[in-house]
Amino acid sequence: MSAESMVSRETGTVLVKRGLAEMLKGGVIMDVVTPEQAKVAENAGAVAVMALERVPADIRRDGGVARMSDPEMISDIQAAVTIPVMAKARIGHFAEAQILEVLEVDYIDESEVLTPADEAHHIDKWAFTVPFVCGATNLGEALRRISEGACMIRSKGEAGTGNIVEAVRHLRLIIGDIRKLTQADSAELFDWAKRLQAPAPLVREVAETGWLPVPLFCAGGIATPADVGLVMQLGAEAVFVGSGIFKSADPESRAKAIVEAATNFSDAHILTKVSRNLGEPMVGLEMSGLDIRLAERGW
Amino acid sequence: MKVGVLALQGAFGLHEQVLEQLGVGVVRVRTPEHLAEVDRLIIPGGESTTMSKLLDANALAAPLADRLADGMAVLGTCAGMILLASQVQDGYPAQHCFAAVDVAVRRNGYGRQTDSFHAPLSVQLGAWQGDFSGVFIRAPKVCAVGTDVEVLAQLDGVAVMCRQGLAVVSAFHPELSGDHRIHSWFLELG
Repeated sequence: MSAESMVSRETGTVLVKRGLAEMLKGGVIMDVVTPEQAKVAENAGAVAVMALERVPADIRRDGGVARMSDPEMISDIQAAVTIPVMAKARIGHFAEAQILEVLEVDYIDESEVLTPADEAHHIDKWAFTVPFVCGATNLGEALRRISEGACMIRSKGEAGTGNIVEAVRHLRLIIGDIRKLTQADSAELFDWAKRLQAPAPLVREVAETGWLPVPLFCAGGIATPADVGLVMQLGAEAVFVGSGIFKSADPESRAKAIVEAATNFSDAHILTKVSRNLGEPMVGLEMSGLDIRLAERGW
Repeated sequence: MKVGVLALQGAFGLHEQVLEQLGVGVVRVRTPEHLAEVDRLIIPGGESTTMSKLLDANALAAPLADRLADGMAVLGTCAGMILLASQVQDGYPAQHCFAAVDVAVRRNGYGRQTDSFHAPLSVQLGAWQGDFSGVFIRAPKVCAVGTDVEVLAQLDGVAVMCRQGLAVVSAFHPELSGDHRIHSWFLELG
């Protein structure tokens, strides 16, 4: 008896793509630039790692065009850990995404942290077997990304700043408008669709269910366990931590504390306990001092 | 009856929704006190290495082992199967496996996310046998089944759902299928 493929198996469906996002809920996805950092993340309890050449804080400092990482470096990180590995493609750069699919990364982040490749179009994400996560600053942007096939939405925040203020703004806008949608009558929903610049059927679905059809995670500016408590109490279902761990004084301790904070996000006593003695967090940046706003990328 | 869902990380919310639709009171289990309240437990899908570390961080490993040794009814899906197995391949050295069901499993045995799939299964639950849509997401693969274990479903000759006493494990995600029959059966078990 052949052990393979006697029963037909369907891959790349919405169910399995959104399903992996469901499995990442309550977890922490950490940016890593080397296999060693990936091991640190895995040992701390990360649910996944984001493999990239430079964390956002360094991209911001270095300037220039930021692109997809070297496939060799992504493969090295995949070989180092057993948890899911994600990687970033530029907005609209479907050829980078095709390469990431060949590498069999577990999620592709079509990310504003990299320099956009297309000023009008995002990637048609339905065309891929690998699921996509996209950033959003408001509900309309989230629904446009979902209509293009994104299976997870994250706040954009302002990556590489260690400043949570933008992520909070984005989460409050997305979740606040979801609440308002649930109060709208059927005629008002058409106006909402116009104002959000989002497909009416998706707007109606959100109004009926009271939530996005895919998980909503937080990214952009998380640096402390308290930040995790803040955004998850606001409604984020998991967190991405970019520069916040490996730009801090003691990445191992901070990574573990942030993982414990994601599980116990509404328990102030545990948040207090895990916040002790973590050393210096990453140096934060004030929004008014920024030359470039990454969150403005995307359409 | 109070049913607990281990809520350290993963798809605990989906299990909770299914149980609520079945009219059962649900407790999110994050502490030993929560665990002491419940009559039976579901361990959801998620990342098994993460959950294993959080069992230690939240002081749940020893009380959970005690409850399982006492024969508490438990359903483990995907990562939950890994935690309830007797042997785990490709985990980390100190990874918890509580040996509630005598199976050996290999993490991500069906491959990475591009290989995640759904497939029709035939499931045998007591006197009831029926079709069930199995959703497998970076799923563990069973590599050995002990003699005291009853296989409830197979895919291409490999066990994907097993039972030993009141402990049940599945490599797939019944909470993602929209079909509540496995949960209903589990609530009646024992």
